[in-house]
Amino acid sequence: MGEPVLRIDDLHVSFRVYEGTLQVLDGVALRVDRGQRVGLVGEAGCGKTTTMRCVLRILQSPPGRITAGAIRYRGKDLLRASQGELQRIRGSGISMIFQDPVAALNPVFTVGDQLSAVIRHGTHRRLTRGEIRRRALAALREVQLPDPDRLFASYPVQLSGGMRQRVCIAMALATEPEVMIADEPTTALDVTIQAQVLRLLDRLVQEHETAVIFITHSLGVVREMADWVYVMYAGTIVEGAETDELFERPLHPYTLGLLSALPKLTGGGIAEGIPGRIPDYLHPPSGCRFSPRCPSAVAACHRDRPVWMQVRRDPDHAVACHLYPKGEA
Amino acid sequence: MSREILIVDGLRKFFVTSRGTVRAVDRVSFSVRAGETLGLVGESGSGKSTVAYTVIGLHAPTSGRIVFDGHDMSTSIWKRPRALKRAIQIVFQDPGTSLNPRRTVQQILELPLRVHRVGTPRERRDRSIELLRKVELPEDYLYKAPHMLGGGERQMVAIARALATDPRLILLDEPTSALDVSIQAKIIHMLLRFQREMDLAYLFITHDLSLMRNVATRVAIMYLGRICETAPTEEFFRNPLHPYTQMLLSSIPVVSKEEEAIRPARIISKGEIPSPVHVPPGCGFHTRCMVCATACSAEEPVMVEVEDGHFVSCLHFPPASDALPRAAESEEVF
Repeated sequence: MGEPVLRIDDLHVSFRVYEGTLQVLDGVALRVDRGQRVGLVGEAGCGKTTTMRCVLRILQSPPGRITAGAIRYRGKDLLRASQGELQRIRGSGISMIFQDPVAALNPVFTVGDQLSAVIRHGTHRRLTRGEIRRRALAALREVQLPDPDRLFASYPVQLSGGMRQRVCIAMALATEPEVMIADEPTTALDVTIQAQVLRLLDRLVQEHETAVIFITHSLGVVREMADWVYVMYAGTIVEGAETDELFERPLHPYTLGLLSALPKLTGGGIAEGIPGRIPDYLHPPSGCRFSPRCPSAVAACHRDRPVWMQVRRDPDHAVACHLYPKGEA
Repeated sequence: MSREILIVDGLRKFFVTSRGTVRAVDRVSFSVRAGETLGLVGESGSGKSTVAYTVIGLHAPTSGRIVFDGHDMSTSIWKRPRALKRAIQIVFQDPGTSLNPRRTVQQILELPLRVHRVGTPRERRDRSIELLRKVELPEDYLYKAPHMLGGGERQMVAIARALATDPRLILLDEPTSALDVSIQAKIIHMLLRFQREMDLAYLFITHDLSLMRNVATRVAIMYLGRICETAPTEEFFRNPLHPYTQMLLSSIPVVSKEEEAIRPARIISKGEIPSPVHVPPGCGFHTRCMVCATACSAEEPVMVEVEDGHFVSCLHFPPASDALPRAAESEEVF
């Protein structure tokens, strides 16, 4: 497999607030290989976006603070990189698409202005105005937006939600990054528009051989878009597996709970869901963070942190759970 | 089959704006039977919420009839008898904005009782506690303000408020779409239990077809202010007929091979919903339809019953005596 293009090890993040310290991320670890499509799935408030903000080093600090861990992009530790190095990596090395295409685009500049700025800053070589415009139009055409010339001079408010998200995708891919982080890219869109945007993203990342991290709360989207899925709960990664493997043989009780709570097209009702609520980050539970809600918790779960363990029968599956002590599943 | 408590017939709601008339709801007809759940499904801009707001009386209909339990309620909300208002309640999508941030949960729950002059202050307080218990929230929540509650808990307070006046019909406007799936599951279970216990009818407005598969008795699909297909849930998912329904179903991301198998395959979603100010002539869906014929941009389709209780509004299903064989034939085309 070789060196992963992005690797996060044992990342700890806390937020100082009036009441004390929120221990938000507790040892997050994941890897993304060259051209791989990785899904990071979890419910609201589990730390998906915080993790990705750390990667781009756009975590607001204070109150946020990275207390331990390493994030390596092509072997370079981003937590020790200078501002100049980070500036070069952002956009041209790692780019990001945000959930809300309304907030991600500046309403007082045209689409063309914003796209040109990305291309100008993200390219090492000096480009002429004509060259920038030509590349911007090509990027708009690539995301299948009609009439790129007219769109170049349009303001974001003149576009629909689906079109705006396409513009954001064009911006994120215009500089040929190696890794693209897509933070809930289709959550704000209708299901038929979501299908269009996902199909487009899928085609583009394959053509450009871009590695993608899909952050989403939707298990369905992740199954359709990712080669590998990590499941996140309360600031920890609880399970990770090759996509088909995860959906056919989920192991962690949280993953199982999520899957059963999801309404299926085949019917058969919905399970009661997972009892309780996401823990208080001020006083996170000791041991496994899921243990207070876990239907199969044993004494060890409340006492010790589970270790990340490869499942013995399958190298493409790992889980952090006391129910599978030696990777037996 | 139980009797129809809500009948909506040829409902229209237009909004006149400086940029033209928004045809938000255009000749929508449906009914809700006592104790059932009708799932009204559509994407943003389809007019589904406008239907709910018109039924509850937030908008006066432009034309058409709304009949609740034999009483015509098509007139202005001010002329609607109080007893009818009491029997229909609504739960909004976002409990963050539908609960007054300056009131306590107790004040929120007692307001509908005060409006409808139910009980003494003492009885109203007891009723609030009973309502909280019903939605499985502790009694001390009476003194909390909405901002102190989680999103799921707020929605439970909103549901408790809707239950306060012992309604017979509750309009649920995307009650769980802002919530996580595990909380959604809990709320749905509660709603289904209340329906059984109190013989409630739900008009469930949502964009989530997978949820409706598990909750609704019947499903109606809305597109651009019209209903394009309606059928009992089982039949609807076994035999979706309208091209828009098929596009919608095939766009849903699913989590298992079994689901993939029942999802109509290979229908590629294209285009976007047109503006309701400029509704395309003929069938509203013809601009995005994959089986669009020349007649579709000229002629308006009518609702045709292709099977018992299964109605579809599409020119590929003409209103003729041979509607059934045609339906079977067209299935291969799609």
